[in-house]
Amino acid sequence: MRTELEPRSTDASGTPVAARRRLSWADPRVRLGVLAAVVGVLVALYFFTDVPGSLAFALKVRGLTVAAMIVVAVAVGVSTVLFHTITQNRILTPSIMGFDALYLLIATALVFVFGATAFLRAEPIVLWAGQLVVMVGFSVLLFTWLFGGKRRSIHLMLLVGIVLGTFFRSATSWMQAMLDPLEFQVLTDVAFASLARPDETLLVLSAVLVAGACAAVVPLLGTLDVLTLGEPAAVGLGVRHRLVVMVLFLLVSVMVAASTALIGPILFFGLIVANLAYSYAGSFRHAWTLPTAALIGVVCLLAGQLVLEQLLGFGGSLAMVIEFAGGLFFLYLVLRKGAR
Amino acid sequence: MIALDGATKRYNGQAVLDDVSLELGDVGVTALIGPNGAGKSTLFGLVGRLIRPDAGSVHVDGLDVAVAPSRELARTLAVLRQDNHIAARLTVHDLVEFGRFPHSGGRLTIEDREHIDRAIAYLDLDDFRGRFLDELSGGQRQRAFIAMVLAQDTKYLLLDEPLNNLDLRHAVDIMRLLRRAADELGKRVVVVMHDINFASVHADRIVALRDGRVIAHGTPAEVMRPDVLAAVYDVDIDVREVDGALLGYYYR
Repeated sequence: MRTELEPRSTDASGTPVAARRRLSWADPRVRLGVLAAVVGVLVALYFFTDVPGSLAFALKVRGLTVAAMIVVAVAVGVSTVLFHTITQNRILTPSIMGFDALYLLIATALVFVFGATAFLRAEPIVLWAGQLVVMVGFSVLLFTWLFGGKRRSIHLMLLVGIVLGTFFRSATSWMQAMLDPLEFQVLTDVAFASLARPDETLLVLSAVLVAGACAAVVPLLGTLDVLTLGEPAAVGLGVRHRLVVMVLFLLVSVMVAASTALIGPILFFGLIVANLAYSYAGSFRHAWTLPTAALIGVVCLLAGQLVLEQLLGFGGSLAMVIEFAGGLFFLYLVLRKGAR
Repeated sequence: MIALDGATKRYNGQAVLDDVSLELGDVGVTALIGPNGAGKSTLFGLVGRLIRPDAGSVHVDGLDVAVAPSRELARTLAVLRQDNHIAARLTVHDLVEFGRFPHSGGRLTIEDREHIDRAIAYLDLDDFRGRFLDELSGGQRQRAFIAMVLAQDTKYLLLDEPLNNLDLRHAVDIMRLLRRAADELGKRVVVVMHDINFASVHADRIVALRDGRVIAHGTPAEVMRPDVLAAVYDVDIDVREVDGALLGYYYR
């Protein structure tokens, strides 16, 4: 691991003069370190501002929220960067495959069929596991059908994902239109991402899943870098493209499903995080962009939550803050691409 | 030896490559010529294992392309396509480093570094090492990609229209370089190209394809003949000898 990281910083002949002068900041290690420090400061801020009553209790509640943020940030950040590398496109998010739409469809269908009371009374872990299995199953079906077979086209798969996503959304709104207003209220709570008081067991389970997926990515780091060259070049360099992409898709869907089932859908979040990570990380290598994306995710969620609690006085949801910022950032990305 | 045996590829029932049996890479530089749609790129794709044949097989030094371990093939045969779009910003050094992936799997050894340095020096890219690819001219970019496949340290080098979009000076540079790689480093270079005169001057052997079949295969003297070229391109081409080289004149 060490050896492959050395050349950029030490190889003086290879580093342009401008970069050599501010070597410290050009070094991805320094950048990641600074980011980690920012996360530390934000966590401390979040823990210790405005403690109402018992510190121990506040720490426990807030600790859970922070843990949920970390799980979600890692899942979303890592999965989006992986998704970008697989698709060779940096303005997509895995949600294009219809994950969030499917999540909402399942929730709506459950409320529609069994009623809100049954939905609320159901074991959270059963709901969580059910959502997870359906979402992962759906994406596995999609990619074995359209990528594993003879057709083997990432773009076709994305297109079918978009179409199915649209279908899920219309089915969802059709059912929602016929719901009792009270039941609809219950559903809206589920439909928006919320980090307040996550279920402890689900949090632990999600964390284990996400950690497992990340661990599976580690041996693939070098291969991921090669994938940035595109499929033909990667194949020429000995990457078993189809196999690697199938494994990566599986990991992405597990991570996205785990995070969505835990807190609900957050659309633009991955897009912001990944693109900020590319410009911040100081290296295209996944050994740097992946952890950077995860940490930037934590920063965004913590900062968003602080803004929400301190400035807006809970006058909205975290998803709202993030989607607003994410929408603006997405426009910026598109306009910047167009201006070139 | 790159050996195609009855290789066939059809799209919608129409054969783009029709039962081609061919041996490539027994000499230094082999040029693959032919009109658009002759099947050059398909042949390239089959050997570079980007496309699977509908029938027949491709072997590289005895390794069956369809089943041999990908890494092992990548240490025998390096492939360079014509358009290489990269989403990330890479420096020349980063790119050349990728050439060592089949050997190192991402962890560079001292030997890998030597190969990288040598490839960069060989293409005269020392001054551009730390430059980003999008800051380079077309010719420099092409050289950086060739440095990558040289660093791959394979016996065979397969290039798809490496002269595309290059001005004549850079085109000559690239062809000289491939010639040099064949002569000095013992590489077996197979290059798909459009310019028959470049092929005639620099290649040891020319393979001409048309409608998915090999219709001529031989030394430049054997292929650069009006009757052969007319059969390949359907154009009357006047062949003249200039300083010992056979050049086709077809510009009007």
